[in-house]
Amino acid sequence: MSIIDNFDFKDTLQFWPRHNEALYKRLESKHAWLEERRRGDRVQLDDPLDSEMVLNIGPQHPATHGVLRCAVKLDGETIKKCVLDIGYLHRGLEKLAESKTYQEFMPYTDRLDYLCPYSNNVGWCLAVEKLAGIEVPDRAQWIRMLMSELSRISSHLLWLGVALMDAGAVSLFLWTFQYREDLYNIFDEVAGARLTVSHSRIGGLASDISDTGLALIRDFAGTFPAVIAGWEKLLNRNRIWIDRAAGVGVLTSEEVVELGMAGSNLRASGVAYDIRRFEPYLKYDEVDFIIPIREEGDVLARYFVRMDEMKESVKIITQCLEFMPEGPIRADDAKRSYPSKNDVYYSMEGLIHDFMYTDAGICPPKGAEVYHAVEAAKGELGFYLQSDGTGSPYRVSIKAPSFSSIQGLEYMMEGAAMGDMVLLIGSIDPVLGEADK
Amino acid sequence: MALHWYWSVLLAFTVVMFFLSSAAILVYAERKVSAAMQNRLGPNRVGPLGLFQPVADVLKLLLKENIVPYLANPFVHSLAPFIMIVIAFSAAALIPFAPGVVVADLDVGVLVLLALTSISVYGITLAGWSSNNKYSLLGGLRSAAQMISYELSMGLAVISVVLIAGSFNLMDIVEDQAGGMSFLGWNLFRNPIGAILFIVAAFAECNRTPFDLPEAEQELVGGFHTEYSGMKFGMFFLAEYINFFVASFIIVTLFFGGYLIPFQTLLISAVPSLDGSLLLGAMQIGTVILKAAFFAYLFIWVRWTLPRFKYNQLMTLGWKYLLPISLVNAIVIALGIAIFRMF
Repeated sequence: MSIIDNFDFKDTLQFWPRHNEALYKRLESKHAWLEERRRGDRVQLDDPLDSEMVLNIGPQHPATHGVLRCAVKLDGETIKKCVLDIGYLHRGLEKLAESKTYQEFMPYTDRLDYLCPYSNNVGWCLAVEKLAGIEVPDRAQWIRMLMSELSRISSHLLWLGVALMDAGAVSLFLWTFQYREDLYNIFDEVAGARLTVSHSRIGGLASDISDTGLALIRDFAGTFPAVIAGWEKLLNRNRIWIDRAAGVGVLTSEEVVELGMAGSNLRASGVAYDIRRFEPYLKYDEVDFIIPIREEGDVLARYFVRMDEMKESVKIITQCLEFMPEGPIRADDAKRSYPSKNDVYYSMEGLIHDFMYTDAGICPPKGAEVYHAVEAAKGELGFYLQSDGTGSPYRVSIKAPSFSSIQGLEYMMEGAAMGDMVLLIGSIDPVLGEADK
Repeated sequence: MALHWYWSVLLAFTVVMFFLSSAAILVYAERKVSAAMQNRLGPNRVGPLGLFQPVADVLKLLLKENIVPYLANPFVHSLAPFIMIVIAFSAAALIPFAPGVVVADLDVGVLVLLALTSISVYGITLAGWSSNNKYSLLGGLRSAAQMISYELSMGLAVISVVLIAGSFNLMDIVEDQAGGMSFLGWNLFRNPIGAILFIVAAFAECNRTPFDLPEAEQELVGGFHTEYSGMKFGMFFLAEYINFFVASFIIVTLFFGGYLIPFQTLLISAVPSLDGSLLLGAMQIGTVILKAAFFAYLFIWVRWTLPRFKYNQLMTLGWKYLLPISLVNAIVIALGIAIFRMF
């Protein structure tokens, strides 16, 4: 008889059954009663007609935007209670960061919100630069801003297509993908990768924008407003879409703040909060744009806010193209940022710096800590860093906007119809890569 | 005009073959039309222009394993697709293609049609119930509720047509629209509200967008046919396409002059030898197929443009708007006919 036979797996290793049991208990469902009954407890049934049904939607359900699991208690078509279960895409990014240098962790941020990876790169680099006190040249800042806005459009475009597809209009999904394809071509030209761009470097950028890239961006900024106007013509007066979206998932401005939601969800409920305006980073205080606000707080308001944000992003992009100065794209600081490839290949100091930078990394002062947030497409994306004086962070904490926004979902779902469910999940625009970290 | 029995059998065989092949063509057409709307190419690999794609699809479905879910009711699970397909083909028997060219020339044709469309809900509901899957069950229940709410306004719209024609026979209803040079006499112009009501109800009956709640792929995965595989799924698929093509034919028959060629009387007065000839019959068959093809295109067009209704909005539309309007429409037409007869 081995030791394994005597070992009680039930309490220690069987995470999954216990997790499910706790979930169903929160749902106050008969699944939980069954568990209690199995243990021989007396069970009080408050559903004598047996009209309730527990439905597990996700994590593999096509409309849950990744791997979100919603356990819902249904009475006919009405959702009586909803419990969300996240963590199916958990990769332990915050812990991983502790064993990477600051620069090494930057590509991991691509995998947070994979719909606007550029903003995540920029957010991380800005936080590290603040921690280590690195000055970034102007041109790099303008390019970062330009590309962040392009990635915001890319994310909002996917949201638009998917939200409409959730409502049943499939064609728009493919129309938006046509323009996301243009955006991906731009990212490909500028950063060398379509999805995981990893273009930002601590202290600047990996490479400058080529003339082809600038021409592509100019072309996109020129044609896109007309495209949006065409879609608005289709949707803004579409009776079925408005009936589906208006008055669904209403959250007041107090509620969104209490639920801790982020980004466009806040602004659709009348909370004027946008990091770009309130704590301007990069050059956002030098460009002219407005923060679209809606008061209604329903799915339709979120739709309008995101459409307006795309238009504002185009405005910012055109201004970036106009104001962008010539100059270097990386800080001229050998200890704090990569030297150019020219230096690495043709000078000994450059090679040494490159080696040291890759091996040891930048070493911010011991005990320094910083929180820096950027307005990513989904909302406030913040990085909290603590340094212990070595090349890798002592502690990283990521304030992910999707995670905050998902908190409002359970609240919105209660009392909604089954047909609203996918629309509600879509309307808060979660990306589970970011929520699960 | 009674046909000899072997002509009826031959005609029935031809109609079944026609609808089977048209379903294949419609699948291809739907994929091509949706592709054109979405800036895609659509099927273009199997055969010239991808024309053999439906054949390849059917072959794939035939070779797939037939899976009956654990704890499902195997008999009902197999019965449901058969109900769907049998009803779809039975309804096709009532369509007049030309004078005398109809499989079942019944004096209660309209009633049989309404009865058949009501039975097809059993196919979906039983499929949803027998699959032992919660998504399927929801789809089946939605379908039942949807059919009940649309059957009434559909029936009332048909009744307004029957009142005008004074007959339940579909052939008589078509011949009744021959006035106004076979164009202005269409029930579309005599009974426009009824026509719109019937088209909306036909969309709902066929479970097409914006009324495709029973299968609502975004919410209910596949709705009632989530648990079907292989040719059983193929039968649902086939029934869906035959259903909406038959519905197009019914719309044409009831409201758009059926097989009547527009300005037919002018044509016959110009070429008197055409009257009663085989050529005219062939032209009439072509006319009804063309008209139905337009409505089949409308079904596809709407599907790839509009979002889907929500369940409660569908109920509201059915009971609060369509039913009262169709009731008033039927009463107004009945009064109109009574006054017309009085003087």
